[in-house]
Amino acid sequence: MKTVAVVPVGAVAAEVLAGIELCLGRHFGLETQRLAPLGEPEFAWEPARQQYSVIAIMRELLRFCPPHAVRLLALTEKDLFIPMLSFVFGQAQLNGTLAIVSLARLRQEFYHLPANPPLLLARACKETVHEMGHTFGLTHCLEPKCPMSLSTTIQQVDDKGENFCANCTIVLRESLQLLRTREVLRTEEQP
Amino acid sequence: MKMPWEILVVDDEEVMRESLAAWLREDGFVVDTAAAGAEAVAKARAKDYAIYFVDLKMPGGMDGIETMMEIRKLHAEAAIIIITAYATVDTAITAMKEGAQEYIVKPCNPSEISLLVNRIIKVKNLQRENIILRKKLSRHYSFHDIISKHPKMLDLFALIREIASLRSTVLIQGESGTGKELIARAIHYSGDRAERPFIGVSCAALAETLLESELFGHEKGAFTGAVAQRKGKFELAEGGTIFLDEIGDISPKLQMDLLRVLQERSFYRVGGSEEIHVDVRVIAASHVDLQEAVQRGTFRDDLFYRLNVINIHLPPLRERREDIPLLARHFLERLSHELGKEVDDLTEGALRVLLDYEWPGNVRELENAVERAMVTCRARVLTEEDFAFLNYNRPERRGWVPPANMSLEEVEKQVIAATLQRTQGNIKEAAATLGIDRSTLYDRIKKYNIPR
Repeated sequence: MKTVAVVPVGAVAAEVLAGIELCLGRHFGLETQRLAPLGEPEFAWEPARQQYSVIAIMRELLRFCPPHAVRLLALTEKDLFIPMLSFVFGQAQLNGTLAIVSLARLRQEFYHLPANPPLLLARACKETVHEMGHTFGLTHCLEPKCPMSLSTTIQQVDDKGENFCANCTIVLRESLQLLRTREVLRTEEQP
Repeated sequence: MKMPWEILVVDDEEVMRESLAAWLREDGFVVDTAAAGAEAVAKARAKDYAIYFVDLKMPGGMDGIETMMEIRKLHAEAAIIIITAYATVDTAITAMKEGAQEYIVKPCNPSEISLLVNRIIKVKNLQRENIILRKKLSRHYSFHDIISKHPKMLDLFALIREIASLRSTVLIQGESGTGKELIARAIHYSGDRAERPFIGVSCAALAETLLESELFGHEKGAFTGAVAQRKGKFELAEGGTIFLDEIGDISPKLQMDLLRVLQERSFYRVGGSEEIHVDVRVIAASHVDLQEAVQRGTFRDDLFYRLNVINIHLPPLRERREDIPLLARHFLERLSHELGKEVDDLTEGALRVLLDYEWPGNVRELENAVERAMVTCRARVLTEEDFAFLNYNRPERRGWVPPANMSLEEVEKQVIAATLQRTQGNIKEAAATLGIDRSTLYDRIKKYNIPR
């Protein structure tokens, strides 16, 4: 069974988690399994930057990936950074198993605007598709409407769509096909 | 599809290094990392990267500036981005003065770094495209491996096509290294003799008797050491072309023998009595002015007129300077394959040195200079420094010696005449070159009765 394990890091709204799980099914055809939430990631807190180190969180998450899951997606309300950049919307292992998305800067409240739950979910879905796409080998796409296009501002997140462009669809299909083949071989090898 | 550009991230801090590398990999780049300056330099020695991200502060060993300077020695045009956690004017000035392309303060906005990388890659893509276009252009200006876009040479290519299939004798005159043999080969291989042999003989290289035997062959026992009959070059070239290089150096006897071959299309082997008929096209070449040699009485006038049916004068390289970049890049491309060394281009500074040089040895000297620079260079681009040796060869360094018994007026006359010839009669250009005004130049032309 091809499963994506979904893990909240700290408190994450249930409706967002549910919406993202549906989104994973829509775009990757994968089943999801919700894991128990991880506690608040205080180990990753960087007082000088008042943010959380995504590298520290990802190192921790690697220990939590269930053996049967093909991918682990983490969601957090924490504002994430890597040392070089002032923030990241999310991070993933290219061709790896792990992806993480931060909801902090996807919320309207971050920009001193009234909350907008449907917009938050739409943004979270796009960023989830983007980061999960990296784990399937997709790199940034030059097509601005494709969710794999690079977003460095919230405006760019809003401008792009949720559906992969034709080229990225082909690469993703091949990657998913490979995953299925491996799954079949693994099942056949088992007594 | 994006081209796989390679980036090197240099930082002693693993988290910093690996997180930036991961972020860049998501953008489709191939990313290498180095934890110290020495490691970065070793990696840069093995290959040139499109962009180098170098952290300014690296404890122990080389810091960011030193690392950048070492990389610059290997790749003069490397795009280096210095990263620092502390923005001070001093470090920024130092970094930029030492040649950093950009200077960024971490943490920086993702859109800033994305814009920066895209801007550099855009330039790199244009440079890559430029190299491809130059290669295409070089092929466009190539005629049987003769590279030129100079109008005189383009006319010459047209002439070669016209005369290629004739049997008329051709006399090629030009300074050493201008490519006389290449022209001879181009004539041969453009015509209907192309499938037949092309035989070259350097007349200056052999003594008279040896040359005679070399050209006409000998019978067994014709002279000591002639243990067997041997065919000469004229016989070997049957149906094709014989190229007689440095014809101005041959003895009066051989001049007579050659005249007979040209008139009769037949000859005798040395020590032989059988007349041998050949169908050979003769192309002769000389670096000395044969007409002058005729006037001096050292070259037969009847042979000169026989040879001079079609005359080709090859201009020296200094008179077709616009070909220098084209030729230099052509040699660079060819020698990259031959030497197994990846050198992509020449910097503007290097081209300036080549364009300023007088090239007494012409195209051959240019080829040798490019080869010498490529052998000693350590980067993928040839710079001004790689051609520093040319400065020591400049005539002015050796000191100019005027011909004996020449008056000052005669020197002035000859300099003006030579300048006008070089500018093809362009008074404005000649006056600028000589550093005098036009009216003065007109006065001198009148005074010395110099033809324009």
